[in-house]
Amino acid sequence: MIDYLSNNSDVVLAALRQHVPLAFLPLLIGVVLALPVGYLGVRFGWLYHPLLNASGIVYSIPSLALFVTLPYVLGTRILSPVNIVVALSLYTLALMARTVADGLRSVDASLTEAATAMGYRRTRRLLEVELPLALPVVLAGVRVAAVSNISLVSVGALIGVGGLGALFTRGFQLFYPAPILVGVILSVLLAAVTDLVIVSIQRAVTPWSRASARRA
Amino acid sequence: MITFEHIRKQFPDGTVAVDDLDLELPSGKITVFVGPSGCGKTTSLRMINRMVEPTSGRILVDGEDVLEKDPAVLRRGIGYVIQHAGLFPHRTVVDNVATVPHLLGRSKKERRAAAMELLERVGLPTAFADRYPSQLSGGQQQRVGVARALAADPPVMLMDEPFSAVDPVVRDQLQQEFLRLQSELGKTIALVTHDIDEAVKLGDTIAVFRAGGHLAQVGTPQELLERPADDFVRDFVGRDRGFRGLSFESAASLPVRPLGEVGGARLVLDDSGRPVCWEGPGVRGGSAPVEGTFTAHDSLRLVTDLALSSPVATAVRVDGAGRADGLVPHHDLVDHLAARRAPA
Repeated sequence: MIDYLSNNSDVVLAALRQHVPLAFLPLLIGVVLALPVGYLGVRFGWLYHPLLNASGIVYSIPSLALFVTLPYVLGTRILSPVNIVVALSLYTLALMARTVADGLRSVDASLTEAATAMGYRRTRRLLEVELPLALPVVLAGVRVAAVSNISLVSVGALIGVGGLGALFTRGFQLFYPAPILVGVILSVLLAAVTDLVIVSIQRAVTPWSRASARRA
Repeated sequence: MITFEHIRKQFPDGTVAVDDLDLELPSGKITVFVGPSGCGKTTSLRMINRMVEPTSGRILVDGEDVLEKDPAVLRRGIGYVIQHAGLFPHRTVVDNVATVPHLLGRSKKERRAAAMELLERVGLPTAFADRYPSQLSGGQQQRVGVARALAADPPVMLMDEPFSAVDPVVRDQLQQEFLRLQSELGKTIALVTHDIDEAVKLGDTIAVFRAGGHLAQVGTPQELLERPADDFVRDFVGRDRGFRGLSFESAASLPVRPLGEVGGARLVLDDSGRPVCWEGPGVRGGSAPVEGTFTAHDSLRLVTDLALSSPVATAVRVDGAGRADGLVPHHDLVDHLAARRAPA
C-alpha cells in the first residue's frame, strides 16, 4: 500500500482535491437552501408534513439513479461534476430542511412567547432567539449531512466523477486492493476530520448548551 | 392606571374567556387577579400587552388605548414576568436583563451598566452576570426575570404566576423582596396567581375572577377576608379566613399583663432584659425556650400563633430593643378578639 501511495501520490491527491469540493459545495448550498425551506415548514404549520414526505422521497432516490437522470433534466453532460453537486445538494436540502424545521420546533414555545412579550418582532425574533436556540439540532444535522455527502461522492466514480471513489473503481478493475484501501482510509479520515471541525464550531457558537454541565 | 372597559374575549372555538370586564388598576399599586383555572385571569392580563387581542371593548394604559399602538412598541414599554422566568438560555444573565434596552437600540455599554445595577437591586451578586441561566437555581432565575422586566424602567409590569414555580421557602423570600422593591419603585402592577394566600400577601387590590370571565369581587385583601361578596368568594378565600384576617389587625390595642408568673411558670430574662425561657412546674420538663416574641407593630395573627405555640399558652411582647415588656395569656387574647366583634 505504501508502494502504491509513493508511486501514485499525484493520482491520490488529485482524487482528494476533487472529492473535497464535491462534498462541501453541495453541503453549503443545501444548508443555505434548507434554512428558508425549513422555516416555512414551521411558519406555516400545514407545510410541515408535506415537507417531511417530500424530503423522505428525495432521500430515498438511489444516488446512482439521480446521477444518471440529472443530465437529462438539467441538460448537462453526463460526465459533468455539476450533476454530482446538484444531486448532493438535493440530498442535503432534503435532510437539512427537515432538521431545520425540527430545530425550530424544538424551541420552547414559552421562550418565543416571552420574546414577543418583550417586544420582539417576528424577523428579529427568528434571527436572535429561535435560530440560535435551534443551532444544536441544526448542527447535529449538518454533521450527518457532511459525512453522508463525503461517502456519496464516491458513488460518482461509477459515472466518472467520484473523487476518492475513482480509487475504488480502479482497484476493482485491476484486482488490486491497495488503491481501494487508500480510498477507504482517506474517506474515513476526511469524514472524521470534518466531523471534528463541525463539533468544534458547534462548541464555539453554542457555549450555553454546555453551561449546565459546568454548573457548580 | 390601567382601565378595562367592557372587555370581552371570545376564542375562535366559541369559549368566552372574559365577559364584559370593567376594572381599574390604580397607578403605583399591585392589583392581583386571582381565581380558579379557566376563569380568564391570565387572558385578561395578556390583553394589556396585546398578547391576546380582545374581541370587543377598550383597554387604556395611562389614558392611551393599547389597541391603537404598535404591539411591539407597546410591549417594550410594559415589563413582563412569567412562571419559570422564561429566560433565554443562549444569553448570559446580563444580556437577558438587557433584552428590552437592546431592542430599544441602547448602546452596549449603557445596557450593561443598567443591567448590572438591576442585578444588585434584585439581590443577585454581579458575579452572576456572565453566567448562563441554566447555571442558576430556580429562585435566582426568577430574580433575573424580574430584573429583565424592570430593565427599561417601564411604568407598568405584568406578572403571570411569577413565584409559583419555586419552593415555599424561596417563594416567601422572593415575595418579601418583591414587596420591598415595589415600595421603592411604585410600579403599576398586574399580577396573576391561583394562590389566594399570595394574593392576600402581595395585593393592594384583589380582583377575584370566577369561571366564564366574570369578576366576583374587587377589594382590598382585608375586605375580601372580612366581607366576601358571595359564597363563591367565601369558598375561594378559604375556611380559615377568620384567622388570616387577623394579619390586618394590629396588636397595638391588645392589653398586656406585666411580667410575672403565668400558669405555674416564670419568664427568665437575660442581663439586658430579653426573654430567654419559661421555668417552673407549669412547664413540661421544668424549662422551655421562648421561641418567638411580638412588638406592638405586629399583627394579631402573629400574637395568636405565638400564644397557641407557647409552652404556657402565653405570648411575650417586647419593645424595640427586644426587652420583654408584657405578657398576653391566650384567654386575654380570646376576650380581646371576642370584644372587637361585639356591638358597642
